[in-house]
Amino acid sequence: MTVLQARPGTARLTRRGATAYADHTAAHGPLPLPDRVGPAWQQWLLSAVERSGLTGRGGAGFPSATKMRLAASAAGPVLLVNAMEGEPASSKDHYLLAVAPHLVLDGADLVAAAIGASRVIFCIPNDRRSAAAMVAAALADRRELAAAPCQPELALLEPRFVAGEESALAAAAAGKLGIPSFRPDKGVPLRFGRGAALVHNPETLAHTALIARRGPEWFRQLGADEVPGTCLVTISGAVARPGVAEVETGTPVRAIIDIAGTCDAVQAVLVGGYGGSWLGGNSLDVPYAPTPLRACGAVMGAGVFIALAPRACGWRETERVARFLAAESAGQCGPCVFGLPAIAADLGLIADGRADREVLDRLLARCDQVAGRGACRHPDGAARLVRSALVAFGADLRSHLSGAPCPGSRLLALGTLPNARHEASRS
Amino acid sequence: MSQIDLWYATRATGITALVLLTATVFLGILVAGRAPSSLPAFARADLHRRISALAVVFLAVHVLTSLLDSYVHIGWWSVVVPLVSGYHRAWLALGTVGLDLLLAVGISSVLRAHIPARAWRLLHWLAYLSWPSAVVHALGMGSDARFAWLQALIAVCAASVAGAALWRALVAGRARAARPETIIRARRSLRVGAAEGAGR
Amino acid sequence: MKLLLDPTKCDGFGFCAELLGDVVALDEWGFPVLAGGNLPAERLRAARQAAKMCPRRAIQVVP
Repeated sequence: MTVLQARPGTARLTRRGATAYADHTAAHGPLPLPDRVGPAWQQWLLSAVERSGLTGRGGAGFPSATKMRLAASAAGPVLLVNAMEGEPASSKDHYLLAVAPHLVLDGADLVAAAIGASRVIFCIPNDRRSAAAMVAAALADRRELAAAPCQPELALLEPRFVAGEESALAAAAAGKLGIPSFRPDKGVPLRFGRGAALVHNPETLAHTALIARRGPEWFRQLGADEVPGTCLVTISGAVARPGVAEVETGTPVRAIIDIAGTCDAVQAVLVGGYGGSWLGGNSLDVPYAPTPLRACGAVMGAGVFIALAPRACGWRETERVARFLAAESAGQCGPCVFGLPAIAADLGLIADGRADREVLDRLLARCDQVAGRGACRHPDGAARLVRSALVAFGADLRSHLSGAPCPGSRLLALGTLPNARHEASRS
Repeated sequence: MSQIDLWYATRATGITALVLLTATVFLGILVAGRAPSSLPAFARADLHRRISALAVVFLAVHVLTSLLDSYVHIGWWSVVVPLVSGYHRAWLALGTVGLDLLLAVGISSVLRAHIPARAWRLLHWLAYLSWPSAVVHALGMGSDARFAWLQALIAVCAASVAGAALWRALVAGRARAARPETIIRARRSLRVGAAEGAGR
Repeated sequence: MKLLLDPTKCDGFGFCAELLGDVVALDEWGFPVLAGGNLPAERLRAARQAAKMCPRRAIQVVP
């Protein structure tokens, strides 16, 4: 996975990356963690994160300090580092672990100390042994650090799409089945065994490590006001140089795609991952920040950008993503278990050119039916995807509905999706 | 109360309890298998509960009269401990076993809100062992088993429960299995433990 | 007081919709759709009964 050059000056995480701990401290300075951690230092770190306005880089974009404070209110919480990266088109977390693992581990040490954590568990998918090896090597390199509060443990977990959801991760790390739990009250800390858990994305922790050294004002110098700082993005699809880049938040989507080099005009971009939204035409100029994206029916997600080739069929690709989402349901909640395959089937009819107005109405009704009725936001992502397709591929829709699908409907533009067995289950 | 009355009471309440338990199990299978019916589904479930309560009442009287009946000695222990009675040891033991299992089903249902869902489910399935024990107990205890009318009654009970169970396994079970298979079967996560060589 | 549904427990038996037809509807797959908002006082008793009757204890009445 290559790192792409964005604007100079935005490379905070990706600059001077070091795998050896000595090189890391030479480049960034020592870990600002005192030998004895008292409540005063804990409050200092938490308010530094709060003033920096750091939000989670795992996809939900929740204010990080708020989550940390909630976990700190429980006794001996467990810090879970969420390196599951279940989003197939995202590589930024594993890239970060390869290039600057010590920033992530610094962040983990700092946050663990700030919340009074009893354990730190690094959660990595069990089919990414190289990432696990890199983290293990980095941890071995840090052994001489006397100040780290707890020695992080590595947990290799079952790699499913929903396994990265917070409550699913906490369950899997605790040795149970890795599926989301129903949490009606988000004001109660996440459960882990008998105690509480705090889940953070590796990139969020890396930013924390820099905020602790350089201060919240430095962090806010780049990026949008509502989500300050930089973020890592993974750009793939119909681009010349797919890869990971570090960009300022608030950069227009079109500019982000251009970093990877487009040979033809891009038809549309899937922003936010497989449960995200298509943006096409003028929407591509929207800044990559929550409020402008929400106006286009999109969310930031985990920095995933997939470009659609001009001759590909947006409806066919949407169907394929929807089938993936249906297959990745945890299988707990009726509306998701039944609704997502039904939505995928309707999309298949549209892509095939065998759908009429009635199918379209039924599809939209089903999207309304599934959204918000699961224990997690998985079905909401599918509904969002479909609604965005309606906007981005509205012109194509007319010809599809009149029985004349575009020639691109026979192409596979997004490449082979994981879980290819679900292609075979298409009727 | 004369001995004869007690004896008749034991037999009558026993047979009635068996019929009521049959109806309970039958309705329970229909509820779980979601059989279509003219009665609303919740009403059928409610009926299942009420009939089971009635069955327990008749069963309690049946046990009491059999203990009070001094013509044959059935000690108090043999109500819940099988094979301690001298009288028709094996057949009575089946009744005892059936009662023990029924107590497990009943108590777990009363305390349903306070026990884990899976535990309740497992205990409730003990009904599939309890009911046949009761049937064999009825056939083996002797007093009325030689009469054709009782044999016919038990045959009808057995046929209805067997039929319902078969329907549930083949028809209803197939329909539910046709749901999309998406439950994650998680292998237990592999813990690499603290980082290699950590010795703090 | 309102209804709270745990979708991970719900298995689509539909008893709640039978008992509270004005507050709970069923989607095309038999799973409950809650109207949301507070329960009218006169429906509270029926709601508690629905919570008790649910075979999976998926629905509750909460403040």
